[in-house]
Amino acid sequence: MTVATLRPALHVASRAPRDRTLLLMVPAWAMLIVMFLVPLTLFFVRTFMEFDGTTAEFIGQAQDLLFSQPYLTALGTTNWIALIVTVTVLLIGYPIAYYLTTAKGIGVRIVVLSIVLPYFTSIIVRTFSWMVLLGEHGLVNEALLAAGLIGHPLPLMYNRLGVLIGMSYVLLPYMVLTLYAAMRAIDPSLMRAASSLGATGFYAFWRVYFPLSLHGVVSGGLIVYILSIGFFITPALMGGQHDIMIAMLIDRALEVAVDWPSAALMSLTLLVVTMVLYAIYYRITDIRRLIGAR
Amino acid sequence: MRRWPAIVLRGYVGLICLWLMAPIVIVVILAFSGDSFLRFPPTSLSLQWFARFFGSVQWQRSLLSSLVIGSIACVVSTTIGFFAAYAFLRAEFRGKKLMLSLMLTPVIVPSIITAIAMYYLAGKLGLIGNFVWLGLCHAVIAMPVVLLILLSALQAVDPNLERAALGLGGSRVRVFCRVVLPIALPGVMSAALFAFLASFDELLISLFLAGVRAQTLPVRIWNSLNLQIEPTIAAVSAFLIAVTTVILAADGILRYLGQRRRRAAA
Repeated sequence: MTVATLRPALHVASRAPRDRTLLLMVPAWAMLIVMFLVPLTLFFVRTFMEFDGTTAEFIGQAQDLLFSQPYLTALGTTNWIALIVTVTVLLIGYPIAYYLTTAKGIGVRIVVLSIVLPYFTSIIVRTFSWMVLLGEHGLVNEALLAAGLIGHPLPLMYNRLGVLIGMSYVLLPYMVLTLYAAMRAIDPSLMRAASSLGATGFYAFWRVYFPLSLHGVVSGGLIVYILSIGFFITPALMGGQHDIMIAMLIDRALEVAVDWPSAALMSLTLLVVTMVLYAIYYRITDIRRLIGAR
Repeated sequence: MRRWPAIVLRGYVGLICLWLMAPIVIVVILAFSGDSFLRFPPTSLSLQWFARFFGSVQWQRSLLSSLVIGSIACVVSTTIGFFAAYAFLRAEFRGKKLMLSLMLTPVIVPSIITAIAMYYLAGKLGLIGNFVWLGLCHAVIAMPVVLLILLSALQAVDPNLERAALGLGGSRVRVFCRVVLPIALPGVMSAALFAFLASFDELLISLFLAGVRAQTLPVRIWNSLNLQIEPTIAAVSAFLIAVTTVILAADGILRYLGQRRRRAAA
């Protein structure tokens, strides 16, 4: 829905006692503040205030942590995995979203179901099923062995490959749904016009369709990247010792060392990066589209 | 010649759908395995793992925790989210886009950070293992979903109907209860279902806040995956998939009813 079509509805409301209507938002904000913003703020502020020592000592420790080898390695790993997952999911998802906008009938229903059912299935269940599939005696290895394609089981899990497969699987629906929202707005007659003017199928796609879908690509890429850098469950279960992501490092600081200041500091950096990316996403995405209106 | 890109696309989409559905289907098949360990394909079929799941006191307690916490999250987030979505569409104010973006942040902030922050506060307040508190925490995570569903459902409610009802002498509250709510009801029920599902499937916040008392099903699956994979979790997973499927089907029916009602009203 565009601003122009929203306006009549708003105009009617403005004649009604609108101030009281706005009061209906109070419970939502109260909950968001009390249950979400307050815990986040308290966690950071109190943790840093409870630190024993001078400010200089604190800055020194913070620098030690943020330039320490484990943190820098995790930072590199996190961004590398997020990048690969984003690109993978984009390459897999783009044709699917394209298909969804062009096809009709039973095919579309099957595709929508195949995307929506995993999307709403618990992450822990999806990760568990990949663990069953990719394990040393998992279905994939057994099938390849039975077919005689490999001599001994391939290491598909507890390494980078396992993390990439698991995360791509979990994040694909976000990409497809974002791309679909962008592609649905593209007028199909543009492609017909291009081909009637003599463009070949691929040329018409590349010069007309793809540029128009580009903001969906950027939005989808950003949302997948944002979700990837904060990922915890899948890499924790499917990764090996070289696949420590930032979120796992934060968890370990708490679970193993009960080191609240380190956990808070790493959380703060992750949160800041996430919010900066979200701000970019906010700038380029028409959020009203998320509501489901055209 | 012109049709072969379409055929390639279809084949590709089919393959990806197989990739998407395979893990789900395989877990469901495994849940019915008659073997004593996880092996695919199973050599015989039985209900033994379901029997073990529903027969175990510990799993029963987890199921109950999940249900209670999910219900609290569902009721709270749907009620609060409904008022917010209504105000969002009917009230006129600046910065709507910014406000919606802010209200969606609970699903953007990495859940490990949210979970630790909530754990910190709950620890200070002595509320770890408290069902109601955990339900409220889940309600925060469920609210963005509720908002998005209800914003699109409420857009279907014609403001003219409200104006007419007001003009006929209905009070604001009466119009809200007798006109707005009934028309939006299918959307409200969908939102409630997905709010419940958001809580039912949530892992990280539960992991930190559940303590020993309020362990939900995902928490127990997590513990099992980290220690030793017991075949029972295939049955538990199949159960969670079944809940998701039922909720998606119910949502489909509600959408259909909503459309029919709108067509009848038009």
